[in-house]
Amino acid sequence: MAVKPPVPVIPAPIWRNFKDLQEYEEHRQRRPEGDKHSSLFESITEGIHSFPGGFVVTTPADAFLNWARKSSVWPVTFGLACCAIEMMATFCSRFDVERLGMVPWASPRHSDLMIVSGTVTIKMAPMLLRIYDQMPDPKWAVSMGSCSNSGGPFRHGYHVVKGVDRVIPVDVYVPGCPPPPESLLNGLLLLQEQISHFKRTGVRADPNPKVD
Amino acid sequence: MSYEQARTLIGERFTSAQVDPGTPERRSLGEGGPLVVTLPADQWLPFATFAKETLGCRFFSFLTAVDWKDQGIDVLARLDNLDTTVSVTMKTRLAAGVSQCDSLAPVYRGANWMERECYDMFGIRFDGHPDLRRILLADDWQGYPLLKSYAVDTPYPPYR
Repeated sequence: MAVKPPVPVIPAPIWRNFKDLQEYEEHRQRRPEGDKHSSLFESITEGIHSFPGGFVVTTPADAFLNWARKSSVWPVTFGLACCAIEMMATFCSRFDVERLGMVPWASPRHSDLMIVSGTVTIKMAPMLLRIYDQMPDPKWAVSMGSCSNSGGPFRHGYHVVKGVDRVIPVDVYVPGCPPPPESLLNGLLLLQEQISHFKRTGVRADPNPKVD
Repeated sequence: MSYEQARTLIGERFTSAQVDPGTPERRSLGEGGPLVVTLPADQWLPFATFAKETLGCRFFSFLTAVDWKDQGIDVLARLDNLDTTVSVTMKTRLAAGVSQCDSLAPVYRGANWMERECYDMFGIRFDGHPDLRRILLADDWQGYPLLKSYAVDTPYPPYR
């Protein structure tokens, strides 16, 4: 009877390269829940909120800021593989995401959204992480296609990250291989709805019944 | 240079080589092609020199390897004569556990990166290669992923 070799232990996914545990702990305490808070807005609204009757101001202010955030989500132009062709089709005039306020922008410094479109290889993952780190907070990520959702057909390959959520936090997963532009458009609309639930405190968004 | 002439020359010069019969149904390769020559490992470099100088195969098409587990590793390279469209596939079998092979880089400059890739994926050390290091995978990669002994889902921290 053939004896199967032991299944290799896959370490738990972490989002960053940490030199040691202490550094990881420090990072975790400094940014407790994900990467999604804007410290400037947070301090301002915290100040107003602690004022007597301030919540009357801050709750509409949050709604206003979320409306502003969701109405101008700029995706960074970052194409990895064949999904990027569908992403380009989504950006072009037939599907035209610009009517939703999404301007594909060629700089991560001015972008709010990263659409991970394609296979993330182990060699590409540090560059993806660096581009994600260069984006200002608050920022979102959409995982587009089977490859970046889970590794897809290349999941058991030697060189593929089994899902981009092992590298960066992901908000919306768009299935498909590749997803047609309609799917991506639907994912972006779901993302906008999720952004409208965004809380200033840095807590992740409430579970969206349509998404989660 | 035709395939018949090439077969005659190879038969005269390399008596230990085993030349496969051609498959004439592949008409695009010409009459009598393709030519597959299986060599003992010590004839690897002499045959490449012979193919370049005598057969006129000056174009190095590709080099790769096949892992046959217990039976060893096949290394194969394809050489083309672009003037007369004579193509030679040269092939050698490394015994199980052997990962040494002569490098073709001194003869064909095109073999340089191919042999680096072959080293990267199969761990074959090419003797006489000027710059044998990994070409596609990261420098800190452990193991050789296209070997059959490389386990599926081998973890590569921190990403999996």
